[in-house]
Parts: sequence; C-alpha cells; structure tokens
Amino acid sequence: MCASDPRPLLQLDALVAGYARPVVGPVSLRLARGEVLGLWGPNGTGKSTLLKAIGRSARVFSGCIELESGATLAHLDQQPVRLPAMPVTGRELLRAAGARPEEPERPGRLPDVLAPLLKRRIDRLSGGQYQLLWVWSALATGADLILLDEPTNNLDPANRAALIEILGRERDGRGVLIVSHDHDFLERVCSRLFEARDTGLVEVRTARGPES
Amino acid sequence: MSEMLFDPLFQLPLLTGLLLAGLLPVLGALAMLRDEWLAALGLAHLASASALLGQVLGVPALIGATLGALGGGAIKTFLAARGNIAYAFMILAGWSATLLIGANTALGEQLARSLVEGQLYFAGIAELAAGLLLLALCIRYLPRLMRPVLRARFFPRYETANRLAAWRWHLGLDLLTAGGLAIGTLTLGLMGTFALVLVPAWIAFRLAPSWRWTLIGASLTGVVGYLLAFVAALELDQPFGPVLVGGLLGPALLTGWLGRPARIG
Repeated sequence: MCASDPRPLLQLDALVAGYARPVVGPVSLRLARGEVLGLWGPNGTGKSTLLKAIGRSARVFSGCIELESGATLAHLDQQPVRLPAMPVTGRELLRAAGARPEEPERPGRLPDVLAPLLKRRIDRLSGGQYQLLWVWSALATGADLILLDEPTNNLDPANRAALIEILGRERDGRGVLIVSHDHDFLERVCSRLFEARDTGLVEVRTARGPES
Repeated sequence: MSEMLFDPLFQLPLLTGLLLAGLLPVLGALAMLRDEWLAALGLAHLASASALLGQVLGVPALIGATLGALGGGAIKTFLAARGNIAYAFMILAGWSATLLIGANTALGEQLARSLVEGQLYFAGIAELAAGLLLLALCIRYLPRLMRPVLRARFFPRYETANRLAAWRWHLGLDLLTAGGLAIGTLTLGLMGTFALVLVPAWIAFRLAPSWRWTLIGASLTGVVGYLLAFVAALELDQPFGPVLVGGLLGPALLTGWLGRPARIG
C-alpha cells in the first residue's frame, strides 16, 4: 500500500524497475483520470521500461505501482505488430482490441481520417495509417489507463496532426501515459510533462497546463 | 465422377475426409496467424508415432494418435513454447519414433507406410465419429477463442497487462489443433493433413479481403481440393496423399505467381 486518499488512477511510489537488473528509478508520480501525462528524455533513461513495469512486463525491484482497483490497461509498444500477410480489416482489428461495439464507429466519434480504413486489410495500409488505427484501437476500448510508447513513430505530418486531434478529444475519464522523443507532440497533447533524467523524473511546464 | 462420389464403398471415407478438409484449413489459418504453421507437421508426426506405439501396446490407432497429439499440444502449452521451434522438435521426435517402431514391428511397418502415403479409403465409422466430435468442439469453442487469438497477435501486451489467464485459451486452441491433426493424420495421411492445414490457409492469407473470408476461403479451398483429389486418385489409381498435396500446390503456385504485394509503405 503506497497511496493516500483520494486515490489516483495510477500511483508510482519510489519505483525501481528493470529486467535482470534495475534500469529506471526510483520514480514517483501520480496520474488521475482525465490526465494525459507525457514522458520525455534521452535514450537509455528507462522510459519504455517504466511503461513495461506498469504494464507488468518488467520486473519491479523496489517501490510499488498502485492501480485503481478493477482498472484495465491498454499497452502499445513502439511498433505495431506487422506480419508478412495480415488478412484482417481495420474493423476486425478494432473488434479484436475489444473496442466497445456501440461506440468506436459511431459517427462523430470515429476520426474522419480512419473511416476509410475500416474495410481495408491492415497489411495494405501505409505504416502511418496502420499506426494511427492501432493507437485508435487502444483508445476505442474501455481501458482505463492507456500506455503509449512512441506513438508518433511512422507518422507523417498529416497523420501526426490526426493523432494529436484524437488524443485531444479522447481523454475523458481515463488516464493516458505517453513516452515519446517528440517533445512538440507531447507539449500539444499532454496535461503534464515529465523529463526523464539520470536522477529520476522532473516535471516540466507545458503550454496546456494540468487542467487544459 | 458422380458414381465414385456416391459409391457406398467410398461414402464413409468421402464424408470423413470432406469434414476434415473443411475443418483443418480453419485450424491452419489460426496456426498461421500465431506463426505456428509448422504445428501441422509437428503434431502429425507425433500422432503418427503415438498411433504406432499404441498398436504395439494393443491400443487402437485412433486413440493412440489422439493421445499422442493432445499430449504434445498440452506439453507445449505448459512449457509456454510458442512459435515453430516447439513443432520442429516434435517433427524430429515423431519422425524418429515412427521409423524406429515401424522398422521393428511387422504391423508397425504397414501402418507407418499407410500413414505416410495416406489411407483415406480405409477410414471407417470410428474416424467419422472422431471427425464429428472435432466438428462439434470447433463449433462450440472456436468462436470464443477467435477474439483472444487475434488480440494476442496484434496486442501482445494486453493479457500480461491485465493479468488474464491466457493459458486457458492457448491450451484450448492447442488441444483442438492437436485433435484435428491426430484424426487427420489417421484419415488422410501425414503429408495430406499437413497440406490441408498449410496450403489453403496460405492461399487465403494472400487473397482474402478480411479475416472472416480468410476462414471461409481456406475451408472452401480445402473442400474443393479434397474432392478433386479424391476423384482423381480413384480415376487414375494413384495414392491419395500425393494427389491431394499435388492438387493443393497448383493453386498455391498460381497464388504465388500472381504475387499480390502484401504491404504498402
């Protein structure tokens, strides 16, 4: 037990995580519902490992991770899975992700840029289109906490702008934690931004501010 | 052609094979999605070896083959051995055991040969009943397994992140695949079964517009290929297994030659 009331969606308390040996930490932070939290910094500071620890894919050496009881996670790696042949349409991908059937394709909710992709095989999409659909598939689920690792990979300026728009309107009631090297992207979508340094996480100011 | 298809002598083998020809490609598509297409050959070899071992111990071949393949599938799940490497070891173990048992027992030698060549025309009521049981299990469980299989493929961190007991559906799918391969190996032969799992799924993966049509297309390709091979083998008095494999490779070559690019950008 490492949290005090009122409980946030996610709380890290002096977390040290890694694989065979510690890679990141000690790290402490709190993420409330409705927040989009960005993590930025140079390679090798353990940003992706931190996401994996929250997603239960990395080892926790000390400290603790407390997640709101019953909260579900969606955790996307840096690169979407691409097979030589993937006979799955965009709509089928959304269903596989567990996208809530009554909502993801509702007019006004599905981003316009994604609508034409739903009937196409995902292996016939460009890398950027697939990346965008993949990220949307996580957002369209009922996941309470969404972990995104470098979501702007493969995105051209148009798709990057679309992702910024999607993240801007899909934050109600859930928490999003994003790792990215794209500082400008994080500035645009995050309510709070942290810089990973050797000494730990340092919160930096953002243009949006915590309540924007 | 129609006379042979409706000849009472061949009705039971025809029905049994037809059922498997529709089912095995669906299991093959799922194996291909999991990048475990070598499953077919590995489990077929295990089924073959355990059928022979069963004969030596006085156990019916169908039961021996099914137990061997199911055991292989279960062990694979519990060792968390995902991917083709687990099946490669099954192939080597099964091949070695099949040939050794066949070489050292008279009955084993006969059965080993029929398993390799395919013995469709001798399929009886036991094989048909096993096929129907497999069909019932697939109808009951595959729709439930489909979403977790797709989700695990495209969102591999989901189960770990949410502490889901993924082993249950991994085991379920492994057992269905193993059961299908065991019954298929005894009915259609080792390579015929492997071809029905691999080739229709491979073709459908390249041509189908969606996952739903991949399953439908693979199943239809298997059924049509099987029917053509059944008639051709009888008409031309050829061993069934090689005719089936040859018949399936034709459209596969055509698909490869058409060479639709799988990815853009």
